[in-house]
Amino acid sequence: MFESLSSKLEKAFKTLKGQGKITEINVAETIKEIRKALIDADVNYKIAKQFTDTVKDKALGQNVLTAVSPGQLLVKIVNDELALLLGGQTADVNLNGNPAIILMAGLQGSGKTTHTAKLASFIKKKGKSVMMAAADVYRPAAIEQLKVLGQQIDVPVYFENENKNPVSIAQNALKKAKEDGVKVLIVDTAGRLSIDEEMMAEIGNIKKALSPQEILFVVDAMTGQDAVNTAKAFNDVLNFSGVILTKLDGDTRGGAALSIKSIVDKPIKFIGTGEKIEALDVFHPDRMAQRILGMGDIVSLVERAQEVFDEEEAERIQKKLLKDQFTFEDFYTQIQQIKKMGNIKDLMAMIPGVGKAVKDLDISDDSFKHIEAIINSMTPAERKTPDIINGSRRKRIASGSGTDIQKVNQLLKQFEDMRKMMKTIGKFQGSGRGMPKMPFMR
Amino acid sequence: MGIFSFFSKEKKEKLDQGLEKTKTGLLSKISKALVGKSAVDDAFLDELEEILVTSDVGVETTLKIIDRLQKRVARDKYINSTELTALLKEEISALLDENHTGLQNSFDAAPIAKPYVMMVVGVNGVGKTTTIGKLANQFKKAGKKVVLGAADTFRAAAVEQLKIWGQRNDVMVVEHGMNTDPAAVAFDSVKAGMEQGADVIIIDTAGRLHNKVNLMNELSKIKRVMGKVIPDAPHEVLLVLDASTGQNAFEQARQFTAATEVTALALTKLDGTAKGGVVIGVADQFKVPVKYIGVGEGIDDLQLFDKHEFVDSLFKTEA
Ligand SMILES: Nc1nc2c(ncn2[C@@H]2O[C@H](COP(=O)(O)OP(=O)(O)OP(=O)(O)O)[C@@H](O)[C@H]2O)c(=O)[nH]1
Ligand SMILES: Nc1nc2c(ncn2[C@@H]2O[C@H](COP(=O)(O)OP(=O)(O)OP(=O)(O)O)[C@@H](O)[C@H]2O)c(=O)[nH]1
Ligand SMILES: [Mg+2]
Ligand SMILES: [Mg+2]
Repeated sequence: MFESLSSKLEKAFKTLKGQGKITEINVAETIKEIRKALIDADVNYKIAKQFTDTVKDKALGQNVLTAVSPGQLLVKIVNDELALLLGGQTADVNLNGNPAIILMAGLQGSGKTTHTAKLASFIKKKGKSVMMAAADVYRPAAIEQLKVLGQQIDVPVYFENENKNPVSIAQNALKKAKEDGVKVLIVDTAGRLSIDEEMMAEIGNIKKALSPQEILFVVDAMTGQDAVNTAKAFNDVLNFSGVILTKLDGDTRGGAALSIKSIVDKPIKFIGTGEKIEALDVFHPDRMAQRILGMGDIVSLVERAQEVFDEEEAERIQKKLLKDQFTFEDFYTQIQQIKKMGNIKDLMAMIPGVGKAVKDLDISDDSFKHIEAIINSMTPAERKTPDIINGSRRKRIASGSGTDIQKVNQLLKQFEDMRKMMKTIGKFQGSGRGMPKMPFMR
Repeated sequence: MGIFSFFSKEKKEKLDQGLEKTKTGLLSKISKALVGKSAVDDAFLDELEEILVTSDVGVETTLKIIDRLQKRVARDKYINSTELTALLKEEISALLDENHTGLQNSFDAAPIAKPYVMMVVGVNGVGKTTTIGKLANQFKKAGKKVVLGAADTFRAAAVEQLKIWGQRNDVMVVEHGMNTDPAAVAFDSVKAGMEQGADVIIIDTAGRLHNKVNLMNELSKIKRVMGKVIPDAPHEVLLVLDASTGQNAFEQARQFTAATEVTALALTKLDGTAKGGVVIGVADQFKVPVKYIGVGEGIDDLQLFDKHEFVDSLFKTEA
């Protein structure tokens, strides 16, 4: 019991004595790991590098006053920056127009036709009348596919079987939508490669003919390094207004989202989460950030630590420790803080690498019970000045706490050892620099 | 050099410049990196890492290639850039070197089974149906009788799409319409193919993400029923990968192999800017050969995979 407690306290104090600030040195390894994680998640090589460099520069010098290491804190900072970068702009669809026109564009097989229907159904549910236009004249059964989907959701589809000119089909669809008084027209187009000049010119012309309110770049979440090239090329031609990231129901980490956002800075307006019509969702930057980084465990560890660790309190205790004024009252407070962090084992198990090691360790919240009981059985004076706890006081405390004299002795000894240890650390750290500016203090 | 020297290289470059740079081919970089040097230095290896990673080769495989290259260079005491390039290509090709025996590896080869049954699988939208259309064309040109099976009964107009490819090739398409049991379609297709004296039977399946257990079980079942008609059918299970797919291709290969024992890969959409480098690692790790590549949407846009050409294309200058 005491052993596990002391290892716990040691951990807490290690934090207090702190690796202090985020420095180049103490996060160098973490930076490498984060970059590797991002590249494994298909974030573009250059962007992964630039992103981590920027975040590191921002984070340098930040204090680490909580129960985490500088590396762990950096992971959290990266995560938050990632979420910030992925989010940002509002992601509403612009439906102001008569009709409002939405043009779908993207590579082959990315999910344009499926998402034309998903979007139509979504808008219809909002109470607006919708029409879909089949402007893919190339892919076998593309028109048929949209017609089937239109039937499923009971939305009219404009198509021309004989017309092989997507620009004129789009124009005619717009005319029809106006005639019918439809509020929103969604135009499905053929998949095209960004280097296919003729096809890129074609979609440019569709845009010119329609002046759409929204141009949505539909992209497969499984896309790799090429996402930057494709997004940039489509954006150069179309200056699209938003992105739909499809097939996120898979297990891809989806780093393309970051690549695309970085290169074109357009909002991700929707995500596709299945083949069915209803499988359309709004984009959650925070979820996406965790998915891409793949270090959610560390992130939530840091979050929990940040929630429960009262930094002022930690600082106060730190000062007392250094001045050798640490009392059983402080000790008690520390235990409460540690307990607040929840099941320690759970928490430690989250730390990559450590998880296995602590699995068989006997750490439970119960291990604090005796200690708390012993401390509670002390008088205020005893807690403040443990030195006065002599033999008879020990006996009284033992029976008062329902423990035995050995346990009381053990705790007192550990407490004393700890004080000694902290004193030496204090001296060591204080030397040559004077007391006020310790690395772990603000 | 330690692992990932590029990760410690802190030199900052403007993003746009960087992207521009990826367009310059490796060959010119190799020559540049080697001017006035007598050994492979870290800067060169950094460049190489960048090229490979940006081709979707992935961190693991990139490290493997670099490791092999370094060993070779140390051993062979390489001198000039031509030789180094050759070594590099050899090492990458080696990872793609797989045993093709037991598979029909050209369109006019004598059949290893008659009918030769192929099942085509993969995630959504990678190009399965199109690849089948193109394969039918090639086999037909080679004088084979082809029958197609429309076992994607789920995606809107999937049957219609395959029927159009059937018409284009003038081959028979077995179908039960939409929303029917795909295993039954597969069964009937193999049976009909056999009765018709087909040389090649190709079964289309619905795209599915590999993490959906039910759909993967369905796929295993589709495969199993074919074996009830012809004991060792399907003779080939072709996993179609999209060249623009990143590292997720590994998981695709893992799960589709687990469900259907994939025997070959097809890499589609290589006519785009994506390099498809992930297949190097996939072929290496799962010991499955890349057999076909898709280079367009047209009926003739299918080629047998040639590893040397593929490796060359990784290093091709686009600018
Ligand atoms: N699992 C999943 N599948 C999707 C999603 N969106 C689309 N799909 C599937 O992806 C495949 C391609 O979708 P399409 O809508 O035909 O793609 P497209 O961009 O119109 O394709 P082309 O017109 O050929 O360029 C189909 O099998 C869809 O069912 C999604 O969010 N999740
Ligand atoms: N540029 C290019 N496009 C391709 C290639 N192969 C297929 N496509 C296109 O990719 C899109 C999807 O192809 P499909 O054959 O429908 O893909 P699939 O895997 O059958 O799709 P699902 O059945 O919906 O899962 C179509 O627009 C095809 O024309 C290729 O090699 N190059
Ligand atoms: Mg389409
Ligand atoms: Mg298909």
